Amino acid sequence: MSNSPLRTGAPTGWRGWLLEPAPLSRGQARLGRWYRGWLGFRRNGPAMTGLIIVSALVLVAICAPLFANHDLAFTQVLEDRLQDMSWAHPFGTDELGRDIYARVVFGSRVTLTIVGLVSIIVLPVGLCIGLPAGYFGGWIDSVLMRITDIFLAFPRLVLALAFAAALGPGIENAVIAISLTAWPPYARLARAETMTRRHAEFIEAAQLQGASSFRILLTQIMPLCLPSVIIRLTLDMAGIILTAAGLGFLGLGAQPPLPEWGAMVSTGRAVLLDQWWVATIPGMAIFLVSLGFNLLGDGLRDISEARSG
Amino acid sequence: MSAVTAETPIAAPNGWVRRFAGLVRQVAGLLGSVSLTFLGLTCVTFVIGRVIPIDPVLAVVGDKATRSTYERVFKEMNLDRPIYEQYFIYLKKILHGEFGTSLMTAHPVLSDLLRVFPATLELSVSALIVGVCLGIPLGVVAATHNGRWPDQVVRYGSLLGYSMPVFWLGLVGLLIFYAKLGWVEGPGRIDISFDDLVPTVTGMITIDSLIAGEYETFWNAISHLILPGSILGYLSLAYVARMTRSFMLTQLRQEYVLATLAKGLSPFRVVWVHALGNVWVQLITVIALTFGSLLEGAVLTETVFAWPGLGLYMKNSLFAADLNAVVGGTVLIGVIYIILNMVSDVIYTLVDPRARARK
Amino acid sequence: MTETLLSVRNLRVVYPGDDGDFRAVRNVSFKLGRERLGIVGESGSGKSTTGRAIMGLIAKPGRVEADELRLGDSDLTALDEAGFRRLRGKRIAMVLQDPKFSLDPVMSVGKQIAETHRHHFRSSKAEARKAALEMLEAVHIRDPERVYHQYPHQLSGGMGQRVMIAMMLIAGPDILIADEPTSALDVSVQQQVLAIMDEMVKSRGMGLILISHNLHLVSSFCDRVLVMYAGQIVEVCDAGKLHEAQHPYTRGLLAALPELGRRRDELPQLQRDPAWLADLPAALGAAT
Ligand SMILES: Nc1ncnc2c1ncn2[C@@H]1O[C@H](COP(=O)(O)OP(=O)(O)O)[C@@H](O)[C@H]1O
Ligand SMILES: [Mg+2]
Repeated sequence: MSNSPLRTGAPTGWRGWLLEPAPLSRGQARLGRWYRGWLGFRRNGPAMTGLIIVSALVLVAICAPLFANHDLAFTQVLEDRLQDMSWAHPFGTDELGRDIYARVVFGSRVTLTIVGLVSIIVLPVGLCIGLPAGYFGGWIDSVLMRITDIFLAFPRLVLALAFAAALGPGIENAVIAISLTAWPPYARLARAETMTRRHAEFIEAAQLQGASSFRILLTQIMPLCLPSVIIRLTLDMAGIILTAAGLGFLGLGAQPPLPEWGAMVSTGRAVLLDQWWVATIPGMAIFLVSLGFNLLGDGLRDISEARSG
Repeated sequence: MSAVTAETPIAAPNGWVRRFAGLVRQVAGLLGSVSLTFLGLTCVTFVIGRVIPIDPVLAVVGDKATRSTYERVFKEMNLDRPIYEQYFIYLKKILHGEFGTSLMTAHPVLSDLLRVFPATLELSVSALIVGVCLGIPLGVVAATHNGRWPDQVVRYGSLLGYSMPVFWLGLVGLLIFYAKLGWVEGPGRIDISFDDLVPTVTGMITIDSLIAGEYETFWNAISHLILPGSILGYLSLAYVARMTRSFMLTQLRQEYVLATLAKGLSPFRVVWVHALGNVWVQLITVIALTFGSLLEGAVLTETVFAWPGLGLYMKNSLFAADLNAVVGGTVLIGVIYIILNMVSDVIYTLVDPRARARK
Repeated sequence: MTETLLSVRNLRVVYPGDDGDFRAVRNVSFKLGRERLGIVGESGSGKSTTGRAIMGLIAKPGRVEADELRLGDSDLTALDEAGFRRLRGKRIAMVLQDPKFSLDPVMSVGKQIAETHRHHFRSSKAEARKAALEMLEAVHIRDPERVYHQYPHQLSGGMGQRVMIAMMLIAGPDILIADEPTSALDVSVQQQVLAIMDEMVKSRGMGLILISHNLHLVSSFCDRVLVMYAGQIVEVCDAGKLHEAQHPYTRGLLAALPELGRRRDELPQLQRDPAWLADLPAALGAAT
């Protein structure tokens, strides 16, 4: 149909094949959808910026020792306290004479750890609640969704704060506290996705072949739910980072001497007026990273909306 | 023109009765789900306060308490009873407003909460006003300029808001507008010289000073309020604008928009009366949610601005290992959340003719 | 044909997209007097786009071009958005497919009708209200006072469409474009709505453009029929002379009409010839 007289200036060659409005096979259709998505994403400058920022975060976290000196980040050099920015200390030093640049670099590991751990907890929990709720319906659905609603009705940071207070400060407890408050939206999403697919033909075919519900959920439905759940997770990432940083700022997250960005801002408060960089620079790092995730998630959502809409 | 005299009353009485009955039924249903949520809330806070701490008594009295205090509190907390009984006793106490005594202030937690809450209310309401009054128009403009520069400005402006750690923004704001430029007052609600000048009526200094006619106090309070208020306001604006935009985009795609344009109405009226009229219904929930999240944001903002409200109280209690106070604050904020949800549901039914009919 | 209310020559509408420009309407030409003109064609053939283009309601990035687009004495091609706004509702109006979606759900229907009146005549609330009530009566609504205060979701489809007609005709336009006005309705009320529309159009001496995918309905209701395929008018017929139609597409549509005694699943499959997509010589319907 690329040569239809209704259309002018349509692309040809392999791009034409990918953008074919009337694809000849399922494979072509799927590749075409991905390619359209990528085209949209690539043209979306902000989304690309987000991708770059997030990639940079991962790179810096993995190869932190390549970007900064480990000792500078952790060794206290009291005679170098609160130095202004210089060649030796691009972002100055903190109240214990540690290099802020190095601490920010190594702090990326803390942030990435928190984000990673929270995702690892939240995804399975959300799926474990949402999939059966959507698949079985009835009272199972009512009970599970009631529980979800209760957790959804809570103020997130305050609950995390109370948990952290009861569990004691520390990075693990911060992760647990955030996860406890972050899973409900995933359960809802997984439930909604499951419900739309419960009566699909291939599911009913699997049921007829005698596959167990557990097997169907795990092998047939879950893979279909994952994309939207993962997009949602990317969008939530920034919120998770901000909550973690908030807990750190309040002194409930990672404990010293770990270079957690929120805690670094908190220590810099005392010297804000004279040595502004101590509090400001780590805050900028938090801002940049959560901005990156937001931009990326936004772009991904645009694609998924365009695909479904 | 005399047709006006035959106005509405014909249909009205019946309609009102039916509407009222529907409302009552709905409120009843709502109360059911609200009590469930409340039970859930207390369950969680019970677990936080009694189950998680290895020694709940120590968590309440602190480790400097004497033997006799320890034993008294142990009894008071009924820790010798089975755990479900403990929960019911706990629930009963909460329903009576007993959250125990604060370790830090030695006052009952409830009276502490009531004393600090107006400060938080003052802050979050000002922020909400900023957020709603600017966020909704910005969201509408973004939607009508979908994809063009005003949309991009609003979209990425609110994305920036989403991405900023509020405590950091507060510090930067203080650094620039207070320390460097001197445009606003610094931390706290009011200068010490104005302390206790106006009698407490509502607990919100701006309103109390107006009631007392103390304009100097009022302006001082405003000058303290403006920075934390705008910062929290910016965050809620980001959310409100974004939601408004997406609701509006959905509405603008509806057939009735085309029909209203075909009638000859100006796009201005179509957008701001018809489409926005439909969006209001959905926005009510968003505004309630925003208000809830403002209460949360207050914990961090109040810490930065030494604002003596609920957030700062909870934060200080946390570091005094004053679990009663922390749990009490959590319950209070949780209850406000629940009430907000309920109120927004009720308003929703009042505003949306379709929801009224469904019942 | 009596005096010409609307004349369209070589109307073209283009929707730009990722994969090239899409020509939704190609060189459509026709003239409309005080008569009932039908436009038929399968879904996607460009009927709605034609109607909206005439009203200046093609949203960006869609583009409208025409060699001539004339409504009475005004040249629509030279009109800006504000100019179109003065015409819409007042001189040319449009009824859409489904009243469930084409009325504002949160405004009472009476207000929506009165709104049109207030806008075009700068009338007072009371005047507009009176006019709206009269209009409701004119479309045979029995209890106008009650219906005035109702919301769209409380109306049945037939009632909704009457309200829609009242809302569109209250300012007294010369032309009504009805875009699939009965497709969303129950078969039992379709005739009623058409009859009301017919009555209104006749008594006011208006021109009507009835858009439908249903050739049967159009041929029984209209004086003349334009057949559209892939954005072009492929045939113009007098409604009574449809059996003389030349174009294979029209003939296919005619053959597809269900006849008594024939079961639905025996409907003949319409064969499409790619040659029908080719550009026809411009200004096919211009002469009529
Ligand atoms: N806003 C738009 N953007 C892009 N393509 C459109 C738009 N509106 C309609 N089209 C396309 O134009 C063609 C004609 O549409 P339409 O006029 O609605 O057909 P009909 O009313 O005959 O069913 C269809 O192929 C449709 O996909
Ligand atoms: Mg159509």
